[in-house]
Amino acid sequence: MRRTGVIWSWFWMILGILYFFLPLLATFIFSLKAVLGHLSFKAYVNVFSDPKFQSSFPASVIWAVLTIIVGILLFVPTAYLVRLRLPQARSAIELITLVPFVVPAIVYVFGLVGTYSHPPLLIVDSPALLVAGYTVLSMPYMYRAIDTGLRAIDVQTLTEAAQSLGASWGTILFRVILPNIRVSILSGAFLSFAIVMGEYTLAQYLAKPAFAPYIALLIQNKAYEPAAATIISFALIWACMGIIQVVGGGEQGQVAGGH
Amino acid sequence: MTVLDSVKRDAPQARPALPKISWAWLGLMPFFLFAILFLLYPSSTIVVGTFQDSKTGGFTFQNILSLLKDPYVLNAYWLSIKISIVTALGGGVFGFILAYSAIRGGLPRFMRSSLMTFSGVASNFAGIPLAFAFIALLSPTGLLTNWLKAININIYDHGFTLYKFWGLSAAYMYFQFPLMVLIIAPAIDGLRREWLEASENLGASTFQYWRYVAFPILLPSILGTMILLFGNSFGAFATAQALTGGQITLATIVIGAQLRGDVLNDPGLGYAMAFGMVIIMVVVITGYTYLQRITERWLK
Repeated sequence: MRRTGVIWSWFWMILGILYFFLPLLATFIFSLKAVLGHLSFKAYVNVFSDPKFQSSFPASVIWAVLTIIVGILLFVPTAYLVRLRLPQARSAIELITLVPFVVPAIVYVFGLVGTYSHPPLLIVDSPALLVAGYTVLSMPYMYRAIDTGLRAIDVQTLTEAAQSLGASWGTILFRVILPNIRVSILSGAFLSFAIVMGEYTLAQYLAKPAFAPYIALLIQNKAYEPAAATIISFALIWACMGIIQVVGGGEQGQVAGGH
Repeated sequence: MTVLDSVKRDAPQARPALPKISWAWLGLMPFFLFAILFLLYPSSTIVVGTFQDSKTGGFTFQNILSLLKDPYVLNAYWLSIKISIVTALGGGVFGFILAYSAIRGGLPRFMRSSLMTFSGVASNFAGIPLAFAFIALLSPTGLLTNWLKAININIYDHGFTLYKFWGLSAAYMYFQFPLMVLIIAPAIDGLRREWLEASENLGASTFQYWRYVAFPILLPSILGTMILLFGNSFGAFATAQALTGGQITLATIVIGAQLRGDVLNDPGLGYAMAFGMVIIMVVVITGYTYLQRITERWLK
């Protein structure tokens, strides 16, 4: 009985591995066929030398970095204060961090455009609105990562020790608390990075240059180049998840949105 | 806050001093301000727009009523619900079997960590690139389509189209089953080996162990995660948009089209439709949270 069990386990795992790798294999093979007759990396060269790639990819990197910075500046002091002084605010804040799960990205952007596309709140064209939107989308992951990090350290003792040595609030937050939760912040940051780099809906509807809308454009107009861009995008996600596992010491699976 | 304050705080306090509380609340203001400006207020405009007459600005239930009468909108919801049920069930069952095989199936330990890594990557690999990966795999000239043709199976002769319901479901499964694996794994870890040994000692068959021990304990967790998968697929937009070019009329696709240019010819109806999606998602997340709480009673 036990032996057939193991055979079935292998059977399902192989099926899972096929489901995981076949689409990637198909994409990869396709991406090498840009030159008729033999395999080449021409499609990748085309993507990298495309001015639209050169503007959209770095733009996404900038959005991602800004999103991470805003997220850290906003969520670290908040989560810290809640742990230290205001446990009664916890449920309200946790509820707010769950709202992005309840509002699908397309509905959220519908609300954003509806709110900020007419005077006196005409900021729909501002890049800051996109960064704010990304910060909202990554909030459930970023906030939870920071909060998990704070749970693992003794916030109370660290704060009192720093205070008794004469540290200001800024010093306590950024030179005592922040370094102690850097692992959690890093995993939250790389997850946010992966989310923003693959995000399509917000950038598309707020009409800002970004990597995912660029791939969508390629799909409409080119044959082999979108395959190369898809592989690049996949490599990026893989790298982010790998870094999260390395810094987190094997801490398991992180899940994001952006479907 | 100064050194003096902290010295004072060394004395035992009967209750926290009032001014200190208000300062701490002030520290939360940036977060609340941000949440109100960029999350709560924009979301609330959807609620307001739903109950507002788009011409006169007065309060009305008309938008909800016309939503319930509009076959186009109702069909869009229904299609979204169908694809979410199919991929939640499919992804849920497949993901559970995979996770169980890797954790308790007698496989070498590295299979478990590999599965977790793959799942973390795959559940994040979504949207536009995912759509293209399935075009490369299952379009009429895709890799798998050609392989199957080589053994004389033409899936396009059997009514399969990548750009319709089942094709999109196949693509959604790519992020659905890995999410199941990630969320259900801790629950499977929580199944104690002693329970299996105890039931075997009492003469239970494998079926009886599953029927009377493992399944009842895992059921809330499995159901809860499947509900979450439902929501995951219900809110998905980019994959469907890129794969079908917006041709498949899911609820999210209709909202996207409405946003580009009033396709419903009624802004109020657009708001009501977005509002309906939020309501469904609230039910989904509430159900998930409730079932997770039941699970925690058993699996510590």
